[in-house]
Amino acid sequence: MKISFTLNGKVNQIDVPSARRVIDILREDLELTGTKEGCGAGECGACTILVDGESRLSCLMLAAQLEGRSVTTIEGIASEDRLHPLQEAFVEHGAVQCGFCIPGMVLSAVDLLQRNPNPTRMEIRQGLSGNLCRCTGYQKIVDAVEGAARKIGSKKD
Amino acid sequence: MPVKSDIFKIGSAIPRADALSKVTGQEKYAADYYSPNFVWAGVKRAGVPHARLKSIAVEVARKLPGVLCVLAHKDVPGSNRQGIIFKDQPVLVDTKIRHCGDAIALVLAEDKPTLNKALHLINFDYEPLPAIFDPEKALEERAPLVHEDHPEGNLLQHISVKVGNVKEAFLECTTILEGSFEVPFQEHAYLETEAGWAYLAEDGRLVIVASTQTPFRDRFEIASALGLDIDKIRVIAPYLGGAFGGKDGLTVQSLLGLAALNSQGRPVKMWWDREESFLAGVKRLPARMYYRVGAKADGTLHALDCRLYFDTGPYAHLSSEIMALAMEHTGGPYRIPHTSIKGWCAYTNNPPGGPFRGFGVPQVTAAMEQMIDMLAAKLKMDPLEIRRQNAVRQGDRNCVGVTLVNSTGALDCLETLALHPLWQERKKWKESAGPFKRRGVGLACMAHGSGYGPIIPDEANAKIELTDEGKLRIFCGVSDMGQGNASTCLQIAGDILGQDADSMELILPDTDRSLPSGSASASRCTYTYGNALIRAAQAFKQRLFERASTLLIIPTSDDLSLIPGGIRHLPSGKEIPLSQLAQLMDPPERTCTHYYRAPVAQEKLELHSSSKVFGLPHILFSYAAHLTYLEVDELTGEIEINTYLSVSDCGRVINPQIYEQQIQGGIAQGLGYALSEDFSVKEGKGLTTDLSTYIIPTTLDVPEMVSIPVEIDEPTGPFGLKGIGEISINGPLPAVANALADACGTRISRSPFTPERVLGAMKEKALHEVKP
Repeated sequence: MKISFTLNGKVNQIDVPSARRVIDILREDLELTGTKEGCGAGECGACTILVDGESRLSCLMLAAQLEGRSVTTIEGIASEDRLHPLQEAFVEHGAVQCGFCIPGMVLSAVDLLQRNPNPTRMEIRQGLSGNLCRCTGYQKIVDAVEGAARKIGSKKD
Repeated sequence: MPVKSDIFKIGSAIPRADALSKVTGQEKYAADYYSPNFVWAGVKRAGVPHARLKSIAVEVARKLPGVLCVLAHKDVPGSNRQGIIFKDQPVLVDTKIRHCGDAIALVLAEDKPTLNKALHLINFDYEPLPAIFDPEKALEERAPLVHEDHPEGNLLQHISVKVGNVKEAFLECTTILEGSFEVPFQEHAYLETEAGWAYLAEDGRLVIVASTQTPFRDRFEIASALGLDIDKIRVIAPYLGGAFGGKDGLTVQSLLGLAALNSQGRPVKMWWDREESFLAGVKRLPARMYYRVGAKADGTLHALDCRLYFDTGPYAHLSSEIMALAMEHTGGPYRIPHTSIKGWCAYTNNPPGGPFRGFGVPQVTAAMEQMIDMLAAKLKMDPLEIRRQNAVRQGDRNCVGVTLVNSTGALDCLETLALHPLWQERKKWKESAGPFKRRGVGLACMAHGSGYGPIIPDEANAKIELTDEGKLRIFCGVSDMGQGNASTCLQIAGDILGQDADSMELILPDTDRSLPSGSASASRCTYTYGNALIRAAQAFKQRLFERASTLLIIPTSDDLSLIPGGIRHLPSGKEIPLSQLAQLMDPPERTCTHYYRAPVAQEKLELHSSSKVFGLPHILFSYAAHLTYLEVDELTGEIEINTYLSVSDCGRVINPQIYEQQIQGGIAQGLGYALSEDFSVKEGKGLTTDLSTYIIPTTLDVPEMVSIPVEIDEPTGPFGLKGIGEISINGPLPAVANALADACGTRISRSPFTPERVLGAMKEKALHEVKP
């Protein structure tokens, strides 16, 4: 089936079986391996992408659901000359260890800060509770999101 | 760019070198390899725990369009046996199925749907055999045998260690306590499941890119299993998406190698899904532990007698070595003059056991630290005081009789914890529990031996190269599974060579490029490789200075200094860029290597065993003291961990950020082990087959953690460091158990402490209290 959708700001036309998983389209067909697969069952959040700005699990989405949508993956959130503030904060705060959960974690955090630009630590924990990380114990991830929210907020003032 | 390119400094909390590529999705893991013409490889698993394989019907699957080939044991060219010390695991089952995850056949297909279809079309005929699922019963006379050819039946290993005279010592004790404890399988649940990529290079060599902790050792296993020459195998280990011990040894490698030998020259990809990872991957060994501890009236520990039973499942893997390390830690970080420690490790038809961060120590720490609290309660002593009183100091002997000659900071950890506000204010916090809530605080003190111990040399070969462009290329010979040792290599070499990130390059383990440096395990990565790297960097610095002084026409190299990308003569201000120096040096001169071997204990133990013992005893230990605040809901039995304090002696800290990462991550996994992680098995079949039934901690389950280093200098360590990777996973289970006992007055002998068990224990206690 022919599908037209926006991917990281660019219009994309693909021809794939309608039931092909979006994660496979991204990783195998379009070579965007930044989106990770940790369980294939919607339990770990590693495959999180943004669809029309909201976080979605690409292992549970099928090709047909992409039609007319705007998709952002981890490869698409930095601008040409600088990282997204959340990416910067994850690096600075030491929130990255093995890093396999990180693309999904960052995108969930992007969604969270769009909905709640000034979250408490508990709200950050709640917002990211669908993304599993096995390395960090989450504390530095919460630090990073808190730090990024502050930075984004101070720029707006 | 968020990473400022400063000159690397030991002790500074600089962001890791791999953070940027990981946070942008650019880092290429073993799971991220694709190419236009690649083939998928997948495995047909047994699904039955114990059976004689009679025949395999592959013809239907083989004829399916899109299937390249279906391979069975007859197609394995070598010994078809893999294993690290005992080679007892078939790549593809030939005679017997020994657990549900055993590999029966290997399929190569054009795409994943075809692969899955083909796997379903494979049938095999088998004769079910009586199976054994309990490690103690496995040792009984008429138990079904897992390996008929194993001379000791189902006994993989029995070790007995004695110190002093435990029988007489118990007669001298005023207080004697007994306890038994049981811990379940724990699943690593790394986010990147087992993955790899393999192909035959133009020269016919087999190249395997794998998510592996052991690229160099893997070659030996693959070579013997597949009948290949070791030199014909190259293993490359990119950054791993988590491992924690579960990728110490082969997972996909020999299967992938076999696939690549049969893929008609095309690259092959294998990536286990979560269910397969849980089914076929190794797990932390379950254990049953029987303890008897004796003390004098003043709380001085005097005698310890314990019996430990470990379940290795169907294959030896590293389970004997895991049990040996556990035995060294049965007595915790305490002086106990008389001990008798016995361990049995048995084959069963349960899922395979193997290494998991902690390597046997979390199991015994769970038991010993509960015994200490029980003893304190009986003697009406403060739980911190009894630990302080008995904590080992440098020069003492540990529970297997080894003299602690290296830095020994158990007491320093306890003293630091004692002064912390969280300890000082614990009573106030406990008293302010809300309605239907009970609060408790719990302590645990622990040690963790690092390195391989005797027999297998714990060695590393560091390598540094000056590139044509004048960059310093640092080879990290030990896999970075997420722990950050690769970044630490840059920090160590950068500090010595005065370089920043822009003037250096990092090369991850690759058997063709880096030098054999052992596994990413045993809290040894930075200790052993760092020691080699320091010496390589110092020697290289001297060599660069000598060449530079000749070229700058300076009589001595004394006043030279390395600056990013160059060498400067300070008195004259003359400089030579490293790129220019590189052009003037012969290629062999531009590489510097150094071999380092870690020290081992010289003392002989009073030890008996059923087969050869590797790695007992250790000589270098890290220490820690943990404190947890916990709240129990009386109505639901749910436990909430309110806060967590850890104080650790891991020597000097090279990077405080990585130090905290390791400590916090270990605590989180340890809390999972304490509260929710229970890989349930019924008749050899895993019941918790996915992440919705096997529950690892989320953001809402891990509290805010305080992690304090005591930074005692370890003279043998690189910049005074000791191993840090494992110690913190040992504490949470006993700390939680002790806090739970403090809150509810009850102990649950089998972890994890799920709401059902907690509620059950509270009800039982209430019933008990009502009775006269």
